Amino acid sequence: MTVLESLRSRLGAEAELSYSEFRDNHRVVVGARWAYAALDHLKNEIGYDMLFELTCADYLYYPDAKDRFGVVYGLLNTRTGERLLVKTWVNEPDPALQSVVPLWSGANWLEREVFDMYGVRFEGHPDLRRILMPEEFASFPLRKDYPLRGRGERHNFPVLARADG
Amino acid sequence: MAVAARNENYFLTTLDAAASWIRANSLWPMPFATACCGIELMATASSRFDLARFGAEVMRFSPRQCDLMIVAGRVVMKMLPVLQRIWLQMPEPKWCISMGACASSGGVFDTYAVVQGVDRFIPVDMYVPGCPPRPEQLLQAIIDLQEKIKRGGTLTGVEFERRKNPEGPPPFDPQELKRRVLRQEQIPRGRMMKVNSDGTERDRRDGP
Repeated sequence: MTVLESLRSRLGAEAELSYSEFRDNHRVVVGARWAYAALDHLKNEIGYDMLFELTCADYLYYPDAKDRFGVVYGLLNTRTGERLLVKTWVNEPDPALQSVVPLWSGANWLEREVFDMYGVRFEGHPDLRRILMPEEFASFPLRKDYPLRGRGERHNFPVLARADG
Repeated sequence: MAVAARNENYFLTTLDAAASWIRANSLWPMPFATACCGIELMATASSRFDLARFGAEVMRFSPRQCDLMIVAGRVVMKMLPVLQRIWLQMPEPKWCISMGACASSGGVFDTYAVVQGVDRFIPVDMYVPGCPPRPEQLLQAIIDLQEKIKRGGTLTGVEFERRKNPEGPPPFDPQELKRRVLRQEQIPRGRMMKVNSDGTERDRRDGP
């Protein structure tokens, strides 16, 4: 039974599942509501026991894109060496997914990074704070509608004159 | 400067000149090394280039013991408050060298997170161009800084107290921001249209 068939038997036909292959990349796309169940199934039933990557891409200006954020989970079966990319779509105004920290503790900082850079919330995350940008930073800098040079955050500091020292 | 007296056992000078001469020849650098310039800074201090020849080899990692800050590498917006705090912690008199393209201007990193030159926020005495600069360039900057220290230094450091105004470029140009906001709005909305399941169109920026 293929990965897709196995997932479909677990999640049902309405789970917006699709599968594609390009060179060595095996890719599964799944609807956001079923993403956690799919990853749980892939980990505990099929054997993709390691999460080697969790990242996101913003498809805002992408031609023909139907959704805004694609969150990508990179899974590795450490017994067979097989890799699988699982992608799911979330949209504004409140992009949110269920946290996979209960499945992989290593997802903790990765989800914080995705939240920091794209503003995708992970529900059930134990400590969803910014990880790279300063706490008081107000934007999500890797969103495509955020200007490359920022909105002036990099220059919003007091200026020290020589006499202040 | 010093005036040689007839008796060779003493000489006359001013306190200002003596203090400046002493300061110039025993600079204690604070290596604020955040990137590849830091590697060149280490090379400068090592045996081949030997910063000790110019009396500035005692690198201290506590700002309380330093009088020359060498900002070597890019400074991001999260690091800048740290840089300013370290600069304020250094005792007077003190000087600052901005080493390399990134510390002086942001270099190629013209992004939201990288400060476009530390001289916007702290006073800088000497700039070293290069990406990264050769150790010889840093040595030359230290030699030039020694000249600068000897030229105008006073015992009391009153020349620092007079510099009450920021000397770098303005930290932020509001016009620049306005231009960028305009450019964002010029992106045609049609490129962000999504077709709903019932055939109607909506802008993806407006949410589902």
